[in-house]
Amino acid sequence: MFEITGVIHRYGPVTAVEIPEWHAAAGEAWLLAGPSGSGKSTVLHILAGLTTPTIGTVRVGGTDVMALAPGARDRWRGRTVGLVPQRLHLVGALNVRDNLRLAPTMAGLPVDEMRITTLMEAVGVIDVSRRFPSQLSQGQAQRVAIARAVVNRPALLLADEPTANLDDAHAAQALELLRGQAIEAGATLVVASHDARVRSLLPHSFTLPVLDVAAA
Amino acid sequence: MSIFHLALAYARRRSLATLLVVVLLAIGVATVALTLLISRELEAHLTRDAEGIDLVVGAKGSPLQIVLAGVYHVDVPPGNIPLAAVQFLRKNPMIAQVIPLSLGDSFRGFRIVGTEPEFVAQYGGSLAHGELWSLPLDAVLGSDVARASQLRVGDRFVGSHGFAEGGGAHADARYTVTGVLAPTGAVIDRLVLTSLASVWAVHERHHDDDDDGDHARGTAAAKESGSSGDKVAPAATPSTAMPGPTREVTLALVKYRTPLAAASLPRTINKETELVAASPAFETARLLTVFSAGVDMIRAFAWILVAASTLMLFVALAQALDERRYDLAIMRALGASRVQVATVLLTESLVLAAIGAVLGLVIAHLAAAAIGWWLPQAAPLAAAARHFVPEEWAIVALALAAGIIAALWPAWRAYRLDVAATLAEG
Repeated sequence: MFEITGVIHRYGPVTAVEIPEWHAAAGEAWLLAGPSGSGKSTVLHILAGLTTPTIGTVRVGGTDVMALAPGARDRWRGRTVGLVPQRLHLVGALNVRDNLRLAPTMAGLPVDEMRITTLMEAVGVIDVSRRFPSQLSQGQAQRVAIARAVVNRPALLLADEPTANLDDAHAAQALELLRGQAIEAGATLVVASHDARVRSLLPHSFTLPVLDVAAA
Repeated sequence: MSIFHLALAYARRRSLATLLVVVLLAIGVATVALTLLISRELEAHLTRDAEGIDLVVGAKGSPLQIVLAGVYHVDVPPGNIPLAAVQFLRKNPMIAQVIPLSLGDSFRGFRIVGTEPEFVAQYGGSLAHGELWSLPLDAVLGSDVARASQLRVGDRFVGSHGFAEGGGAHADARYTVTGVLAPTGAVIDRLVLTSLASVWAVHERHHDDDDDGDHARGTAAAKESGSSGDKVAPAATPSTAMPGPTREVTLALVKYRTPLAAASLPRTINKETELVAASPAFETARLLTVFSAGVDMIRAFAWILVAASTLMLFVALAQALDERRYDLAIMRALGASRVQVATVLLTESLVLAAIGAVLGLVIAHLAAAAIGWWLPQAAPLAAAARHFVPEEWAIVALALAAGIIAALWPAWRAYRLDVAATLAEG
């Protein structure tokens, strides 16, 4: 589903990420492992077309992402990629339903109210649909963020440290929800995590090498 | 769910800062619009009162004073001119109409004007009740006078000496109301009209009783009226034209027969006679120049308010951008382009500017209506408050431009936002 070939990303003289080869097939669920600071977030951003690597090619669903012009890349991302950032970043000025409406709106897609209602039921936030993010529990906020990432039925679902700060039971639930929603949306899932508990819950894994970042 | 909806949600979110910016902008816009409405109304008013009067002829004095006294009825006239001067003017082939005015008395602050029936026609007046004067001491009230005094046809009142309220009463000048005029919106609404003969009657008796010489009509100019009269109209023969002492009037309103008269007539009158001819159009324009200097100052202050609110809007947006960079980053992650996230900020700024502008115009019109309601002299302002002046669109456009200017830098920063770095932050 995606192929990363010969990617190296540098911040100035420091090499942050180096991936010679990583292929994933459609519908697979992957763990992107590595210790803190190994560049997991950067890899997710590269896959989402938010960061352009210094060298290398990234193909997602047959599209050469780095070859897209900025505007086209934004449009492509809105329709192809769902991202659950580590800090969730729900929009505080909007209630839960409007946060979910934001995804198709920003992607330039029609808002499917049925889809949003179904999703809120599926992730268990239908009762708080009129609340604002500040009124949600951490777990509810994360479920809203996952729902927001899959509203547009992305082909690629990316989650950054989704189990950080969660106890075992909740960590398992979050992973289950991500996998379930990825399957429902037909998406390839990549979960970036340094959490050992996640390894057993995902069938595939790719571990980033620890680079010599002493200079950083 | 649209960018507009999003902008509104953000504006609601920061209600205090938003309110402050909007209110400040509204006050600035309201001040600009109100000065506009007032100066427009004043201009229209001054023009309306002077319409159809090409020249005002009076005794030696400043032309502005003659116009103020004869057309707007606000200043004290310089003195009197002999009635013969009116007849002299009427003989001039370039003059179509001469309306004599005799001023000097008032009734509860409203001026009593001795004149001829053409004066009513000059302002497009018509009788609401009763009829025009026919006998001396018959009086016709303008609509504002009738409303303020509650006098009706058949009622009697006593005129007082001079223009100010509380001048010595003419105990023997008991006028009878024979008619009330319909409202015209012109100065005639605030006048009491009577015949020239009434004024003569009142003052001849008055002067017989008490020749104190302090009469508003009896200024220095009146004393030399005899000689000036001779000089003005050597051909006229007052002695055969009228009985009794030398008749005088205060001013004469002149309408030309031909526009060509404007080129020569005023100069001829000013040069060859003791009279002064003043053009209402010219004097009004001069007056407005003085007035507009004051208005410009108020307006400059109002624009400073608008500029200050633009600055506040900018600060509010820049602050909001700091709080919101994660929101903007997530919007980009959800597929929004750089232009779209910049548009969110621009839209928010424009929405606030538009609310401020509209609110300001509403305040200006309500204020104009209130001023017109409370100040009888400004009554026409209440009617003007119901109409929009085309320049108000320009005010709205400028307020929107201020909204765009305030948002330029924040929008540029939103455009340049490093999404990956922002998402990874914290």
